[in-house]
Amino acid sequence: MKPGSRGRPWALSAPALLLFVVLLMVPLVMTFILSFHSFSFYGGIAPTFSLENYAEVLGDSYFYEIFGRTFAIALATTVICAVVGLPQAYFLSRMRPFWRSVMILVVLGPLLISVVVRTLGWAILLGNKGVINTALRDIGLITSPIRMMYTSGGIVLALVHVMVPFMILAIWAALQRQDPATEAAAESLGARPFTIFRRIVLPQAMPGVLSGSLIVFSLSASAFATPAILGGRRVKVVSTTVYDEFLNTLNWPLGAAIAILLLVSVLTIMLAWNKLVEKRFAGVFE
Amino acid sequence: MPFLELSGLTKRFGDVTAVDDFSLAVEKGEFVSLLGPSGCGKTTTLQMIAGFEQPSSGHITLNGRRLDEVPARQRGLGIVFQTYALFPHMTVEENVAFGLEMRGIGRQDRKRKVAAALDLVHLSNLSARYPRAMSGGQRQRVALARALVIEPELLLLDEPLSNLDAKLREEMQLELRRIQQEAGVTTLLVTHDQNEAMALSDRVAVMHHGRLMQEETPFHVYENPKSSFISTFLGKTNSLAATVVKTDEAGSVLACNGMELKGPAAHHLPGPVTLSLRPERIEIVEENEAVLSGTVIERIFLGDQWLFRIETPLGPLLVVRRNRGLREPEHGEAVHLAWTPEHLRVLPAEEGAA
Repeated sequence: MKPGSRGRPWALSAPALLLFVVLLMVPLVMTFILSFHSFSFYGGIAPTFSLENYAEVLGDSYFYEIFGRTFAIALATTVICAVVGLPQAYFLSRMRPFWRSVMILVVLGPLLISVVVRTLGWAILLGNKGVINTALRDIGLITSPIRMMYTSGGIVLALVHVMVPFMILAIWAALQRQDPATEAAAESLGARPFTIFRRIVLPQAMPGVLSGSLIVFSLSASAFATPAILGGRRVKVVSTTVYDEFLNTLNWPLGAAIAILLLVSVLTIMLAWNKLVEKRFAGVFE
Repeated sequence: MPFLELSGLTKRFGDVTAVDDFSLAVEKGEFVSLLGPSGCGKTTTLQMIAGFEQPSSGHITLNGRRLDEVPARQRGLGIVFQTYALFPHMTVEENVAFGLEMRGIGRQDRKRKVAAALDLVHLSNLSARYPRAMSGGQRQRVALARALVIEPELLLLDEPLSNLDAKLREEMQLELRRIQQEAGVTTLLVTHDQNEAMALSDRVAVMHHGRLMQEETPFHVYENPKSSFISTFLGKTNSLAATVVKTDEAGSVLACNGMELKGPAAHHLPGPVTLSLRPERIEIVEENEAVLSGTVIERIFLGDQWLFRIETPLGPLLVVRRNRGLREPEHGEAVHLAWTPEHLRVLPAEEGAA
């Protein structure tokens, strides 16, 4: 690099950096500070410094339940996405280029629709008088409706719908790096098609599954619109709880503390997961 | 009956005939190369033998058994792929053991056979490594060990050395030959590299446009190419358009670019022929011994030899001389050239232009 041009990379990334600092770092730091303030019903927010909000959250089993449900939903979504996405990505990688580009568009379909519209669509399908229940009752399979709205299962179903493209693209990227001759080699050594998939394709797709899981898990754990519409008041997750604290109870400091706890716990899970993946595949890839 | 027999093997992709009525017989323990430029159908032929492509017609017999009716995984062939196709998530040992595992061979036997195969390719000390942590030459050896450990009746090598650098390639050629001889396995090599084919094989089968052009020992193919395509594809040569003026037992007289040349007795009579003259058979001599004279227009030093391009009445000629550490003619210098008439090869005239 020429002398004097050392500042250029900084200058070039300044706009993005500025956006990042103003729109992400500042609100985040302010939320962090807010979480130490106190709140009283009559006095409002007081700029004190205490850990009482954290103590309240960590000392109340109600919040443990909400955090537990949130991570259970995120985990279930991740696992289902992996199971659904893996074969789909494999077929995608073996398609002819024309059909592949068509199918990628189909895969990305859910992302092209607004989250509210998509979720209301699920509400129409899943309601007690929704399409599925009406149909099942009309053909006489059930007498009373199966409850799907306002359940964790309904939330998982709708989240899988929108998260599966992320998983497929991550796995597909991993499969693209794979040498197709490895499958031919396994075949020539006597492996049956299923053995080839299990012993050769799957392990090579694993880094994709793991990085896809990272994306899907963190997005699902912090998802708001889907659980808000399909879970309603009854099935609360962390993000909807934060929303309620801010807008209904007006206890911003408590909401901020919950938000910070969600951020920290997701971050911890992600870093631990990443560490595990790196350790497991260190010798094999990279 | 030959050990491996390809008869009338044909493969059509739509309107394109990739392999056209290809027949070849290989004896047990023999090392045969399919040599040809890219797109000549050699890889398709290999794919058909391996079972990854179905022949349009013709059949393949190995050791008295029809191979083309058996699925790829039951053919029991050892294949070394151009990219090596090692399993990146398995150690060297696991890679080599995979084929044995698929055959249901017990742990003890497996360990013993893997150790023997790795010993054969001199990799015993790296059995716990992952392929990614190995050099190209080492990966090549792992691929060989993996193919040989299942004790295949036939070893197929698909451009095995093309991903290695020049120096390593030469080393691996010697290694490959040694390993093949030690294992005693019948081997079919597919390559576009004439040096590789000549160095390794007992016999070379030259392919062009999906057809078998010539099939003999490397020395024979090099010395007596049947067509001007083969003479230019195998090694360097000077191709000259000429006509046979007369020919008898003692030799022939050939007219080329207004000159009369003496050649060996010609069978292609009468009319136009192509002459092939290897650059290393042309000598630089004193004026009184010369067949013709010319001027050096290019001179390239290759270390062990010199390559000259010399402008002559016949057109520009390539001449190769061994480097003897002496002074060689320089650019623009007049030189006198001679060769023994027997070294002129009289071939059927090239279709189109020379």
